[in-house]
Amino acid sequence: MSEKSITRAIILSQEKIASQIYSLWLEAGTIAKNAVPGQFVSVYSNDSGRLLPRPISICETDPSKGLLRLVYRVAGRGTEEFSGYQAGDSLDILGPLGNGFPLERCPGGKSAFLIGGGIGLPPMVELSKRLQGHALVIAGYRDELFLTEELAKNGTLYFSVEDDSFMSRLSAMQASSHITHGNVLDCIRENGLHADVIYACGPAPMLRAVKSYAQQNEIECWLSLEQRMACGIGACLACVCESTAVDAHSQVKNKRVCKEGPVFAAEDVNL
Amino acid sequence: MINTKVSIAGVELKNPVMTASGTFGSGMEYSEFVDLSRLGAVVTKGVANVPWPGNPTPRVAETRGGMMNAIGLQNPGIETFCARDLPFLEGIDTAVIVNVCGHTTEEYLEVVERLSVESAVDLLEINISCPNVKCGGISFGQNPDSVETITREIKKHAKQPVIMKLSPNVTDITELARAAEAGGADALSMINTLTGMKIDINRRTFALANQTGGVSGPAIHPIAVRMVYQSAQAVKIPIIGMGGVTCAEDALELILAGATAVAVGTANFRNPHATIDVIDGIEEYMCQQNVEDIRTLIGAVK
Repeated sequence: MSEKSITRAIILSQEKIASQIYSLWLEAGTIAKNAVPGQFVSVYSNDSGRLLPRPISICETDPSKGLLRLVYRVAGRGTEEFSGYQAGDSLDILGPLGNGFPLERCPGGKSAFLIGGGIGLPPMVELSKRLQGHALVIAGYRDELFLTEELAKNGTLYFSVEDDSFMSRLSAMQASSHITHGNVLDCIRENGLHADVIYACGPAPMLRAVKSYAQQNEIECWLSLEQRMACGIGACLACVCESTAVDAHSQVKNKRVCKEGPVFAAEDVNL
Repeated sequence: MINTKVSIAGVELKNPVMTASGTFGSGMEYSEFVDLSRLGAVVTKGVANVPWPGNPTPRVAETRGGMMNAIGLQNPGIETFCARDLPFLEGIDTAVIVNVCGHTTEEYLEVVERLSVESAVDLLEINISCPNVKCGGISFGQNPDSVETITREIKKHAKQPVIMKLSPNVTDITELARAAEAGGADALSMINTLTGMKIDINRRTFALANQTGGVSGPAIHPIAVRMVYQSAQAVKIPIIGMGGVTCAEDALELILAGATAVAVGTANFRNPHATIDVIDGIEEYMCQQNVEDIRTLIGAVK
């Protein structure tokens, strides 16, 4: 009867790709085969004193080889522990969890903004790979770049940089046409971009701004939310977000980010 | 052939291992990981007379060797519970214990009466010890007189046997255990979480939106063992022990201290299969130690 279980995943490689950001390739078998963009995995600490899994979004997969890539930021002791592991080490993971982005909303012939802010960018890599329609990737950075190569591979990459001094250094270095000084919406406006659908993941202020931009411009919009989790599978009700209508499962105005989400239609959630 | 069956107020459990309320939903989510029919009982998340929205987020935080939660008893209300969750549980060959919460005596009684017609429910567990709601919950559970009064009221209306779930946030838990027994409780469960607080030193804010939360996990296990032992000396009714049970050894400690059954809670978050691992481990221990009947272990600490 019990089908799902925790998988012991072997680390193939780990690389630091920015000051606090790490890229981890794992041998994850069926998890990698079953995963869709926007889903996440629960990663468990090897230290039995750290009980709760860390939910980490799936950056990309290689389903044929059963490989999974996680790109995460070191935000506390758990992720600090993960960042210390190398090829050959292993970690318990559970997944894929959550719903993922609705790919079918952007079929061939249509276009989508894939908006990622900071550590909200990783899921946009797999999304850009699987999307049938044209991906306009809007990447928001503060003061360092990462994943730019991957994000440019399957779509058109535009990026915005918020930090003044980093922006002047970048301009001096590359003079690329697609860099905007400002936020992701400044980037869209400065380049005069249009799309049929928005997929976004990033910090709450960015998601709020994206939601209101989508409303003003009447663009269908999907937001991937983040919340502190415990079980990761919908049982404990720790990771709820506020919903605009009464939710069928909870019977109140909130939804489980781990189960009904992490991706929600923008109009269904209050940020 | 070993016997792992135990009985709580006349309800036979195939083994002494159940889930701790609030950590397992109504079992549906965990049924993907666990064969629920192997469990002694499924204890549901607390259910109230109407849907409760719970507390603001963040609702959980990790602590060393444990965690804190302040979910605030979010639940879909008794009608949805009876229409959706109970039929699911009815189809599974395990005992069903419904955890009941409320703000007032009347709210508890409304749920207890609604459940009186539900044959799928084997036992009621009354939550008078949640530290995360402002009224109700723990406000009933910290005073012996009010524990006795609400137990008596619930017993008047309940068709199923009643387990009173006690709080460890008291000076002497045996006073509360005696009060519940005096009020007519059929069994006790303990311990609920210990009230704690965690501060994020970088943001200089509380880790939980509720500021305080209930501490659970391995860190609180010795407290649970002590309180179960003390209460088992003080009352005759059976005790369901819980608090940081992660493995069979932890469960056996509680049984030796005097618990008739045990519940696995926070461990489910680290290992969705934890309940089954505990059951298997208890059987292994019994075989190794030539224990034919688990009941001979209850309170057998020397």
